[in-house]
Amino acid sequence: MTIDQELAGIFDDSRALVEDPSYPAVRRWREANPGGQVLGHFQVYFPEEIAHAAGMLPVKIIGGGSAVQIRKADARIAAFVCSILRSSLELALSGRLDFLSLYVVPTICDASRNACGVWVRNVPALPCQVLYFPQNAGSAHAVRYLAEEYRRVADMIGEMMGRPVTDDHVRRSIAVFNENRRLLRALYRVKRDTPWLLTAVEAYVVTCAAGLMPREEHNRVLRRVLELLPQRSAKRQDKIRVVFEGGFCEQPPIDMLAVIQDACYIVDDDLLIGLRWLTDDVSPEGDPFTTLAAAYLRGARYSAVQRDPGKPASEMLLQRLREARADAAIVAAAKMCEPGLEEQVRHIRALDEAGIPHLVLEFEEKMTVFEQIRMEIETFAESLLFDFA
Amino acid sequence: MTTVTQAPNADRPAGTADLRGAIRREGRRLMDLWWQEMGAADAAGRPTAYVFVMGSLNEVLRCFDLTINFPEITALQTAVRGQSLTYLQAAEDDGYSPDICGYVKTDVGLHLRGRAHPHGTIPKPGLVVATNMCNTYIKWAEIWEQRYRCPVFVLDLPAWRGSGPGGAGGGIGEHDRRYVEAQLRDLIALCERVTGTRFDVDRLRETLAEANRMAAHYHDVLVLNQRRPAPFSALREGIVFQGIANLYRGSPEGTAFFDAARAEIEARTRRGEGALPHEQFRLLLSGTTCYASFKRFAELFEEWGAVFVHSTYLVFAGGGFGPGFGYDLARPIESLAEQLLASAWHGFSIPMFYAQDWLAETARAWAVDGICFHGVKSCRTTSTGLPDVREWLRTQHDIPGLFIQSDLVDPRLWSDAQLKNRVDAFLESLAARQLSARGGTP
Repeated sequence: MTIDQELAGIFDDSRALVEDPSYPAVRRWREANPGGQVLGHFQVYFPEEIAHAAGMLPVKIIGGGSAVQIRKADARIAAFVCSILRSSLELALSGRLDFLSLYVVPTICDASRNACGVWVRNVPALPCQVLYFPQNAGSAHAVRYLAEEYRRVADMIGEMMGRPVTDDHVRRSIAVFNENRRLLRALYRVKRDTPWLLTAVEAYVVTCAAGLMPREEHNRVLRRVLELLPQRSAKRQDKIRVVFEGGFCEQPPIDMLAVIQDACYIVDDDLLIGLRWLTDDVSPEGDPFTTLAAAYLRGARYSAVQRDPGKPASEMLLQRLREARADAAIVAAAKMCEPGLEEQVRHIRALDEAGIPHLVLEFEEKMTVFEQIRMEIETFAESLLFDFA
Repeated sequence: MTTVTQAPNADRPAGTADLRGAIRREGRRLMDLWWQEMGAADAAGRPTAYVFVMGSLNEVLRCFDLTINFPEITALQTAVRGQSLTYLQAAEDDGYSPDICGYVKTDVGLHLRGRAHPHGTIPKPGLVVATNMCNTYIKWAEIWEQRYRCPVFVLDLPAWRGSGPGGAGGGIGEHDRRYVEAQLRDLIALCERVTGTRFDVDRLRETLAEANRMAAHYHDVLVLNQRRPAPFSALREGIVFQGIANLYRGSPEGTAFFDAARAEIEARTRRGEGALPHEQFRLLLSGTTCYASFKRFAELFEEWGAVFVHSTYLVFAGGGFGPGFGYDLARPIESLAEQLLASAWHGFSIPMFYAQDWLAETARAWAVDGICFHGVKSCRTTSTGLPDVREWLRTQHDIPGLFIQSDLVDPRLWSDAQLKNRVDAFLESLAARQLSARGGTP
C-alpha cells in the first residue's frame, strides 16, 4: 500500500464514521468493554477528561447532518430553531443513542437551554444535566466556580459508576487529552502551512472522529496521519487562502466544505472548536479540576457562545487571519443560530474596517444542494485571484 | 352535531376589559414618569443602566441613583404603538438577520435612528447589566458595548441543572451561592466607579424591603385570579403588572402601585366582577403575547369568553417573584444572592425550560380549562420546547393545549386568519369538552 493509499483509507474510514448515525465506533467500544458507560455531550465544549477519568467513553453529540431524517423531533421543538438541536433529539428518539448513560448540555444558547427539558420529558430513562459555563468569564471568581461545577459533575459521574473520580484519574486523563490537542494543533499547522497536503474535508473528518471514538485510538490515528502527510504526493495549487468562521456548533455539510475547498484553501477554521478549545497543555500539577477550569477560561479560543471581555471575538478573528496568512474570510452562520447570526454582523464590520475580503454564507447541516454556494464561492475566489494577479 | 358554534362574547365591544380604575391610571402615570426620567437623564447626560427583566438588579442600581432603562420594554412599546417594523427594517438594512430576536433588532433600529422612541428619547447607556438567563441578553449587551464603549457586567446565575443527581431533585449549590455573592460585590464596586457614589448598605436594605413588600402584593394579586370569574386579564392587565414590577422594583412607588392594584382587584371580586362579562373559559398562557397585535391577540380569545387567568410570562418576566420570596435584611448581599438564585431556578428557568409541573399545578390551582402555548420566532428562550410541553400535558395530565406561533414585535409574522382559525377550533373543542363534562352531547 502506498502512502497516498494509506492516507486515503484513513480519511475514508473517518468520513464513514462521521457520516454513520449508528455510532459504530461507540458500539465497538461497548462490545469490547461490556458494561462500559457512555457520556454524551452537546456542543460546544465539555471537559471530556472527567468522563474519561471515570472510565466512561465521552461522545460528542453534533446532530445528524443529512443522514438523519427528522420524523419525531419536529413535533417536539418549535419550527424556528436550528437543525442541530432537532436532529440531535431525533437521534435519541430513534434509539440511535441508546448507549448513553448520561447526557450533558451546556447552556451555549437560548435553544440549547431548552434542550435538557425536552430530553428529560422524552428520554426519561436517561439522566440529562445542564452545565453552566461562566459567561462572566472575566470575573476573578469564575475559575473557582467552574472548578467546583466540574467537581459536582465528577461526583455525579462517580455516583453513577459506583466509584469516585479521583484527582489522579483526572490527571492521567488530562495527559491523554493533552496529547490529542497537541496532535490536532499539529494537524492544523499542516493545514495552514501546506494546505495542498491536507484538504479541508480530510482535516475535518479526521478531527471530527475524535468525538466519536476512544481518544487513545484517535491519538494513534492522528500520529499516523501526521507521520504520513509530509510524504504525500500533492502539488500546490493556485487557490486563495481563507479562514472559515461559523462552524462552532452546527456543522456545515461535508459536501459544502468540499465545494469551498475546490476553490479555496481553508487554512484555518472554527469547526468543532470545542475539541481544540484549550490552546495549550493543561498542567498536570495541582488540583486537576481547577487547572481544567482555568484552561477553559484563560487558555482558550473564542466563540460566539462565550462572553469574555478578554477575548474580543472579531479582533481575535483578525488575528487568526493574520496568523494563517489568509487572503480572505468566509463568515458563515447556521440557519436560526441566534449567537452565530449576531456575531456574523460584528465580524463583517471588523473585516470591512480592516479591508479584508469576505464572503457571507448561511448553511444548514441537512443541506444537500450546493450549486448556489458553489457559484458564490467560485465568483468570490475568482474575483480575488484576478485582483491579486 | 355540535351545539356550540357561537362565540359568546363576539358582540362584546373590543377593549371593554381594558384597564380600569387605579390600575390603569396609576400604571399610565408611572410609565409616563419613567419616560420623563429617561428623557431628563438623556438631557442631563446622567448615567443610565440598561438592564433586562430576568435579573434586573434594580435593588442594587437604585442605591446609586442610576436611571434604569429596560430595552425589552422600550422595544415592545414600539410594537404596541404599531411602529416596530420601521426599527426592525432599519436593523435588517444594517445587516441583522430576519431570524434573530426582534427585541434586539427593534433596539438596534432605535439606536440607529438617534434613540428616538415614540414615547421619548432613550438615554445612552452608562452601564449594562445582563444576566445569563437569556443568552441573547449577552449578545445584545455587546452591541451597546461596541457602539458606546460602555461597561458591561454579566451576572452568572447558575440555575436548574436537569434530571439525575443534583438536577431537578437537587437544589442550589453552595458554590453557586458563593459565586453569585462574589459577583454582586464586584457589581457594587463597578457601580461605585461608574457613578462616583459610595455604596450604602442601608439604602440596599431599603430597596430590598420595598422589593419584599412588592413581591408579597404581586403574589396576592396573581392569586386573586383563582376566583371565578377571574377579576383581571393576565394578558391585558398582566402587561401593566409586569411593566411596573420591573420598572419600579425596589421603590415605594412600586409597592404602592401593587397595594392599590390588590385593593382594586379585591373590590372587583367582592362585586363579583370579572375581566369579561361572560367568562366561558379560563386559560393559561405559556410563553409571551404578540405585542405587534396585542389587542387582537386577546380579542381572538375574548370573543369566545376565554380569559387568561395566569401565564408563565407573569412569572419569568415579572421579576421572578415566587411564593416565599423575601430578602433577609440582616444579611442583605448574601440574601440578595440567594433570592437571585431562587428566582433563576424557580422564576426564570423552570417556567421556561421545565415548565410541565409548574403548568400542571397552576392549571389545577387556577381551575384552567386549557393552555395556550404561544411560540414566538423572536425568542428561542421562551419558545423552543413549547410544542413538547403541550404534548406532555395533554398525554400525562389530560390538559388541552393550543400551540400557535407568531412573534413578539414583528407584524410580518402575524397571520390573522390562520391564527383565528386555530383559536376558534381550539375553543370549540373546549366548548364541546365542557358540554360533554356536563353530560351533554357535543
